[in-house]
Amino acid sequence: MEKLFTLWVYLETTPLLGLAATLLVWQAASAIAGRMGGIALANPMLISVCLLSALLLLTHTSYAAYFQGAQYVHFLLGPATVALALPMYANLSRIRRSARAILPALLTGSLVAAVSAMLIARLLGAPRIVVLSLAPKSVTTPIAMAVAEQIGGQPSLAAVFVLLTGLCAIVLIGPAMRVAGVSDMRAQGLAAGMAGHGLATARMLLVSETAGAFGGLAIGLNGVITAILVPLLATFLR
Amino acid sequence: MLNALTALICCQFAGEVIARAASLPLPGPVIGLLLLLAYLIARDRAPDRELTATSGWLLRHFGLLFVPAGVGVITQLDVLGDNWLPLLIAIPVSTLLGLLTTGWVMQRLSRTSEPDESGSKTS
Repeated sequence: MEKLFTLWVYLETTPLLGLAATLLVWQAASAIAGRMGGIALANPMLISVCLLSALLLLTHTSYAAYFQGAQYVHFLLGPATVALALPMYANLSRIRRSARAILPALLTGSLVAAVSAMLIARLLGAPRIVVLSLAPKSVTTPIAMAVAEQIGGQPSLAAVFVLLTGLCAIVLIGPAMRVAGVSDMRAQGLAAGMAGHGLATARMLLVSETAGAFGGLAIGLNGVITAILVPLLATFLR
Repeated sequence: MLNALTALICCQFAGEVIARAASLPLPGPVIGLLLLLAYLIARDRAPDRELTATSGWLLRHFGLLFVPAGVGVITQLDVLGDNWLPLLIAIPVSTLLGLLTTGWVMQRLSRTSEPDESGSKTS
């Protein structure tokens, strides 16, 4: 028993535990999600986050200790974002042809998403820091955290909202596009990338490479739009 | 695999340097994306197979890469608990409105330019 405890204490100090746990839980979650088939909420990412959070809380492990190992997975978000250049390049001629539609679609969508999130939260009595952290929730995590900090929100809270937003987008995009009669894969991909950043874009990439390319484009452009627009919106809120 | 990963990380690195040097409001990886895209356009040849394969592999596992940040939710449980109702409504509703707006405007404005080839298969 004492030996086991010594082993645990040792493992807790190495990054190995957090890294192994993340990968193993992801494999298990993928298997579970695969079994549950088409249910959009049966998303391996959501299942992994729930399982790992429960594990950390049950074992009284701090997030900092977990992240010591998990950071190696987290780091790959950067190269993966860069990798979005490939589906974009493959669809370059298509993107060029609809360039005039892309900017208005992103501007209106970005504005609607940010304003409605802040207004609803404010009307329902959320404190200022929560409202401000909600504003950049549609964009990719690093931009959202930076913007949240700049306007007086809380970066780690913004990261959680980004994640929840991505999950919502995955669940809602199918029904939303059917209801609105949007069958164009370029429009679906653009909507996914604008509203649900990389998470929804990766999902659309499984359906169509065109959608993935427009999603990648939307992630980049909406990052710029949000970085400029949200600080302006936040000043109106004062 | 290794060559491609090196290329991706170098793009991100260059992006990070440019972002800080020019104090741009964009994160390094997004600038890295633009750099790689500019390179691919300038070269004007099919991207090499290794880069395509490695990028595809990373993008297929995009969900895994969000897990560590997602587990950060345990550091914010009290805030989420205190504000569960506004969040439960604000996040899905605003996401839905954003999806509808962008999807609809994009389809309306691009209808004239080019017929859509990819059909209506939705996830």
